[in-house]
Amino acid sequence: MRLDEAAAPAARRTLSVRERIADRMFRFVLLAATLLFVAIVLGLFAELVHGSWESITTFGLAFVWSSQWNPVTNKFGALPFIYGTVVSSAIAIAVASVVGIAAAIFLAEFAPRFIARPLSFFIELLAAVPSVVFGLWGLFVLAPILSATVDPFFQRTLGFLPLFSGNIYGVGLLTAGLLLALMIVPTVTAITRDLILAVPNELREASIALGATRWETTMRVVVPAARVGIIGACVLALGRALGETIAATMVIGNRPAISASLFAPSYTLSSVIANEFTEATSSIYLSALLELGLLLFIVSIIVNGSARLMMWSMVRRQGRAR
Amino acid sequence: MIADVRLDKGRRARSALGLIATAFCSALAAGLLVVLLGYVIIQGWGALNPAFLTQLPRPVGVTGGGVANGIVGSLIIVGIATLMAIPVGILTGLYLAVYGRGLAAELVRFLAEVLSGLPSIAIGLFAYTILVQPFSHFSAFSAAFAFTVLMLPLMIRTSEEAIRGVPTAIREGALALGLPDYEGILHIVLPVARPLIVTGLLLAVARVTGETAPLLFTAFGSQFWEINPGNPMAELSLQIFTYAISPYDDWHRQAWGGALILILAVLVLNVGARLALSRGSRKR
Repeated sequence: MRLDEAAAPAARRTLSVRERIADRMFRFVLLAATLLFVAIVLGLFAELVHGSWESITTFGLAFVWSSQWNPVTNKFGALPFIYGTVVSSAIAIAVASVVGIAAAIFLAEFAPRFIARPLSFFIELLAAVPSVVFGLWGLFVLAPILSATVDPFFQRTLGFLPLFSGNIYGVGLLTAGLLLALMIVPTVTAITRDLILAVPNELREASIALGATRWETTMRVVVPAARVGIIGACVLALGRALGETIAATMVIGNRPAISASLFAPSYTLSSVIANEFTEATSSIYLSALLELGLLLFIVSIIVNGSARLMMWSMVRRQGRAR
Repeated sequence: MIADVRLDKGRRARSALGLIATAFCSALAAGLLVVLLGYVIIQGWGALNPAFLTQLPRPVGVTGGGVANGIVGSLIIVGIATLMAIPVGILTGLYLAVYGRGLAAELVRFLAEVLSGLPSIAIGLFAYTILVQPFSHFSAFSAAFAFTVLMLPLMIRTSEEAIRGVPTAIREGALALGLPDYEGILHIVLPVARPLIVTGLLLAVARVTGETAPLLFTAFGSQFWEINPGNPMAELSLQIFTYAISPYDDWHRQAWGGALILILAVLVLNVGARLALSRGSRKR
């Protein structure tokens, strides 16, 4: 990729000493910026570990499965927040993967250009909407609608399940999960659409030639060919849902309790940091909150890393197939 | 023989149903933007008036006032963040594109990937521990630093791709002139890559403009005019958050008004990024 990579080095005019020094300095400046960036990322990790050290040494691994969160007695456990984060993100990804993949299939395989282009544009802009605006809408529009219509419906029909029993507050796990779903649909759709478009046409032609309809071709040939990458896209979107802070904070109800009901208020890792960080008075309290941040950091590395790995392996396989 | 492969009714119906279901889902996803925008415009329009845009917030319980200090605060914080992110982001992207081979460069790319997937609140914690805690003082600068870190991965990736995408012929042209590397890159390669770099920059600015979480414990918010980056500062998205979760109707109204301004700013930046992109691809 260097300038002289394409041409034979011998063809190059000899550079003067001044030019050579300038080249060196240029490279040095670029390297310095890169090292600064590396230092920032490593510093971020080191600071989170350093800041949460007091909590790590005090509570040990029990921090992850203790459900006590009591600033008065200085006893801290993350389980209620892990539960709220996992359940709300699970709802989000369950809904967003179905809607997002279906939308991507339509945009990539069926929609004529004059429909696909504006729809894609709208869906991509949806990804740009600030999360505080999603939160505002979720709090004043989505939550009242859900508590007036959808929640009572679930309670009437599926109320015998613990998941759908109990009081309806409007804010809670289900509302947060659905709002997060809306926020991550664009991620699923945009990546899945590109992956489907990248499936070689020969596969489609072979399937059509065998007598399959367009729909059968899509579902049995095209989508399976992109399957690994699509799962990767969903995992990536899951990562976004896990870390989303402001919108979740506004609609999840902020109560550190584990309840079987999806209507019950809950709490996520990021929203407890958002709500309590500036109120943390003791150093162990602050440290416990920083450890929640460290947990988020580690989870997001694992989730995003595996998502990238899946999409990367898919791209490589397609590259080989050609 | 042809009759054998002709579709029976069931298969045809299933195919049609599938098509309708997928079309519905994409209409749903795209329609959501329309619904969201519609609510924000309808609810926010009533809150927009000269006072809202030019006045300071009033104390709790007093009707009226505005978010002028928040708008100015957003501009200052995002502005400082952009100024810091431009050199580091573009130069790192340049390094990866020009010299970035081998394991070390792959590691840098991996770190950029990691950072881009990181929850913004974790980045806010980082800014807090290194820029707020040591000084026992919230500051707009610490918020700007958090925003810089948020902008970097996107800027690095788009800059690297933009420079890698410059046609070989143009790079060979620079070589044929006998230029040293730095002149060829700065004067010939970089100008060609500029529209794409600008696109990445605008997207990064749009991303942090809508960001709220790291501000909670960096910029912290303020009721007053504040233009010194060393002090706590109001910020529009933070004001929207505070007003939305408050119990006051007048503040709810103002939250919608603020949301309208914020969403317009973010959408303009995104459309601008797209225009820069299409101009860039026409040039090639």
